[in-house]
Amino acid sequence: MKQVSGKVWRFGDHVDTDQIIPAERLVSENLERLNEFIFEKVRPGISSEISKGDIIVAGRNFGCGSSREHAPRSLMQAGISCVVAESFARIFFRNSINIGLLLVECKVDSKEGNMITVDHNSGKITDENDKKEYSFPQYPEFIVSLISKGGLMAKIKGELK
Amino acid sequence: MKMGKTISEKILSIRSGTDAYAGQIIEADVDYVMVNDVTGPIAFREFNELKTEPKREKIVLIPDHYVPNKDIASAEQAKEMREFAKQHDIKNYYEVGKGGVCHQVMVEEGFAAPGRLIVGADSHTCTYGGIGAFSTGIGSTEAAAVFATGRLWFKVPETIKVELTGSFSGYAGGKDLILKIIADIGVDGAAYKAFEFSGPGVKNVSVPDRLVVANMAIEAGGKAGIFPCDDLTVEYIKDTVIGDYTAVYADENAEYSQILKYDLSELEPMVAYPHLPENGRPAKGSGVRIDQAYLGSCTNGRIEDMRIAAGIIKGKKVADGVRFLVVPASQKVYRQMLDEGLMHIFVDAGAFISGPTCGACLGGHMGILANGERAVASTNRNFIGRMGHKGSEVYLAGPAVVAASAVSGYICVPEEVRK
Repeated sequence: MKQVSGKVWRFGDHVDTDQIIPAERLVSENLERLNEFIFEKVRPGISSEISKGDIIVAGRNFGCGSSREHAPRSLMQAGISCVVAESFARIFFRNSINIGLLLVECKVDSKEGNMITVDHNSGKITDENDKKEYSFPQYPEFIVSLISKGGLMAKIKGELK
Repeated sequence: MKMGKTISEKILSIRSGTDAYAGQIIEADVDYVMVNDVTGPIAFREFNELKTEPKREKIVLIPDHYVPNKDIASAEQAKEMREFAKQHDIKNYYEVGKGGVCHQVMVEEGFAAPGRLIVGADSHTCTYGGIGAFSTGIGSTEAAAVFATGRLWFKVPETIKVELTGSFSGYAGGKDLILKIIADIGVDGAAYKAFEFSGPGVKNVSVPDRLVVANMAIEAGGKAGIFPCDDLTVEYIKDTVIGDYTAVYADENAEYSQILKYDLSELEPMVAYPHLPENGRPAKGSGVRIDQAYLGSCTNGRIEDMRIAAGIIKGKKVADGVRFLVVPASQKVYRQMLDEGLMHIFVDAGAFISGPTCGACLGGHMGILANGERAVASTNRNFIGRMGHKGSEVYLAGPAVVAASAVSGYICVPEEVRK
């Protein structure tokens, strides 16, 4: 498990996968450039403003709606290192864990533009601007092991050998 | 005494060969895994990298989102699915003209059955809970994992028990029950949890209505929405179900995280206002002007929905300024509409009828909304920009409200349609 630091992009409750990446972008020819379309209906232009390592901080039920794996993939392609939310929708959560996007379930007050550090080893989030610290619980052992193996496909590759 | 189990705990125990309770993470044998033309291509790429033989008898491939091919990009994508089926000799592939919307096909073709564990790379896979299966939506990479191993990890969910009494009255139905539940508990009210329906009212809910309710469990964040198998279930699937199945029932002393109670006779037609499915309120007296009415989708695109709508619109005309789109959920529903003379009723009323597709439900094609336009739809989501422009609006309702609104030009219940 690792430590990441980045600038905060702030979102509210119930950010659905149609907001993250609209259905009309879900075609194979876009699979390597999904980042270009993230939040295009609700926060146009954000895709080009995100820097590698940036962190999304959101409220409840992040990633609700469709099962499209394009959603976590588009955020990873955009350079998002971690999503911190009060809670996640379950398919988005599974997709992210399985493909290697870090998620942290924690209520954080950080404002947009603040620099925060998420330390998975200690289970701490530090907001460098507000000088605030938050703690979050560790994932169950199975999920920690899945992440440390490099995600679901890496696990399966190991098992098929 | 040993703690009892919910239907979810039982199915996941049986399929994992463990003594599973809510909160545990288990790995279980899956009966079927389904992908569509949007989620399939990622799964195909991931699977092909594994360079292994697929569990081909478990795999179901159903193109429905952007078919018939909307444009060149979607044509290429649909072709990927066709070629994957051919490359790996997967028989359960449903070509355009032979299938329809994936969840309707999964039920019609007998993949869904009581006690089965079914996953699908589409969030509305929870639909088959309407006939007693534990079914849930997964991602594409997970689907690829099931293609390869036939197994997947699950967190055993806690269960919300929904006790039903009475029976539906007037035009209220399954859609109104689930919109009411979501309005009461919110779009994350059942996050990570399963619903289990019980009580004397269950026998008064038709199987198609159960499928509607289960279909939208995900709109409350639910992992599954399960009705116990009964005589209605057995009758509904007897001619089509593939192979044997074993119905699973909850123990009397099972533990539930929450209990909700609904008297079906008190429900009235509902409509969920933009932009969340939890914004449900009674449709009567709404009066919201609409540009489009949409009858279709995996939620309400069955023959029963078509009959209800046809009964309301028969002999009347779609209001000026309104497009009424009728989209049967499968080729079988389409055929049944022909047999029952429903096509004539809709065409004479001035409705546009298309073949089966997810189409405009997810803003794909065949009825996209422009800026400022409003639609009343028998679909399942009304998120920002769901059916088109970010400045458009979607109002969710059952088939009766959709048909009545198409005639009136504004959202209303059938009793409010002017004679």
